Amino acid sequence: MRMAHEIVESADGLDRLYLVAIPNGGVPLGRILVENLESLTGVHVPLGILDTTLYRDDLAIRGSRPQLRRTEMPSSVDDRVVVLVEDVVSTGRTIRAGMDALMDFGRPSHVRVVALIDRGHRELPIKIDYVGKNIPTQYDDKVILHVEVADADEAMIENEAGGEPQAKVGELRIVVRTGQAGRPPESPHREPAETREAGA
Amino acid sequence: MIGRDILGIEDLSREDIETILETAERMQEIGTREVKKVPTLRGRTLINLFFEPSTRTQTSFEIAGKRLAADVVNFSVADSSVSKRESLLDTAKTLDAMDPDVVVVRHKVAGVPHRLAEVLKAPVINAGDGAHEHPSQALLDMLTVREQKGQIEGLTVTIIGDIAHSRVARSNIYGFTKLGAEVRVAGPPTMLPAQIESLGVKAFTNLRDAIEGADVVMALRIQTERLEGACFPSVREYAATFGLDRAKLRFAKEDAIVMHPGPVNRGVELAHELADNRPSVILDQVRNGVALRMALLYQVAGRGGH
Repeated sequence: MRMAHEIVESADGLDRLYLVAIPNGGVPLGRILVENLESLTGVHVPLGILDTTLYRDDLAIRGSRPQLRRTEMPSSVDDRVVVLVEDVVSTGRTIRAGMDALMDFGRPSHVRVVALIDRGHRELPIKIDYVGKNIPTQYDDKVILHVEVADADEAMIENEAGGEPQAKVGELRIVVRTGQAGRPPESPHREPAETREAGA
Repeated sequence: MIGRDILGIEDLSREDIETILETAERMQEIGTREVKKVPTLRGRTLINLFFEPSTRTQTSFEIAGKRLAADVVNFSVADSSVSKRESLLDTAKTLDAMDPDVVVVRHKVAGVPHRLAEVLKAPVINAGDGAHEHPSQALLDMLTVREQKGQIEGLTVTIIGDIAHSRVARSNIYGFTKLGAEVRVAGPPTMLPAQIESLGVKAFTNLRDAIEGADVVMALRIQTERLEGACFPSVREYAATFGLDRAKLRFAKEDAIVMHPGPVNRGVELAHELADNRPSVILDQVRNGVALRMALLYQVAGRGGH
């Protein structure tokens, strides 16, 4: 919800805003943001899904080819303020691929990036405009996100298990609560609890 | 895991086929963009090596390569009758010296792509070898059926024509049976190989029985110039007995689709009325061919060339 506020503040007109989620991790976050933006402003911001696999810079050096994900861009990006939505940003290479992919769809007026987690280790000159939480990590760590969407008035991010100090995998439990109080948690348009891994 | 080369459907597992089809389903989206190009194979070279003319398949591979930003070179060789084996290997050596990242081969002799795959450093994709296999055609057929029917498992697929001499039929038999469809083949007895049922299909010489209850009816191109007098008495008789028209299609399921690998001999294996309209999905097959070949190039190009 805080991130939604920040997006609204800097958007300079909501009619030009367009969220574009990078699968898989960006998609549930994108849906939550669309919902939050709608409850904040009453405006339904379009949500696109943009797979960056075909734009990766490491295809030539990998043995096998990664699986492709869905791309769905419901409206034109021309003259829009496009906000790329990603769950975890680290090296910045996926965001670079996302920007290149975006340019194949047209000419946005601005491109911004929102991420739930910024874990550092940037290898490219890319900054995150709206960040949920900075999590310092080791380069080899994996950040495992448990995103739950429950029912409450405000968005909230909780850092639960930091993981044992010796553990290779730092585990982070993020509970994002959205929506209005009093709504039943099983309300059909709510996101189901999502548990997924975000790559390094 | 998909191997270095794509030589035939016989070599692919069900999982490989599904990976290729899923990749192709993602590639379809690129064809709907205004800018129909992604940078995936930038700086890679695709050589289309066609010893047998085929405008459609070659163009489809060429567009597929270009949509992935590969450099595409078309190398068409008029088949010399002298010492085929030698000239083939000479050609292969010449090609290898140009360092392609993937070579697409069509040849009228079965097994040529396999031989080239042994010799070349680059991965080889078979674009049709004799009466053996035509894997990209069968895969685009499976992609089209999945698009139209949602799934392949449990469907009944009838293939009509010269089953004995058709690489399209053979590849489709392997593919559709691997994905759990019931495959039937139909044609005059002279066009049905004796052991065909060992491939897990049912053979019919009566078209009505073969079509009864089918979800997919695929008519193959009759090579009129090659076969008249050899396998059936006349083209007209074939058209009357095995040519598909609306009247005969009534025995299939109500929502059955009609397929053809092209180019159609109108009025021979397929009536005019079916060639141009639903339930024919011939142009969907052509469109899907580009996405499917993009998926093949994505999977193999640049792999194993080291």
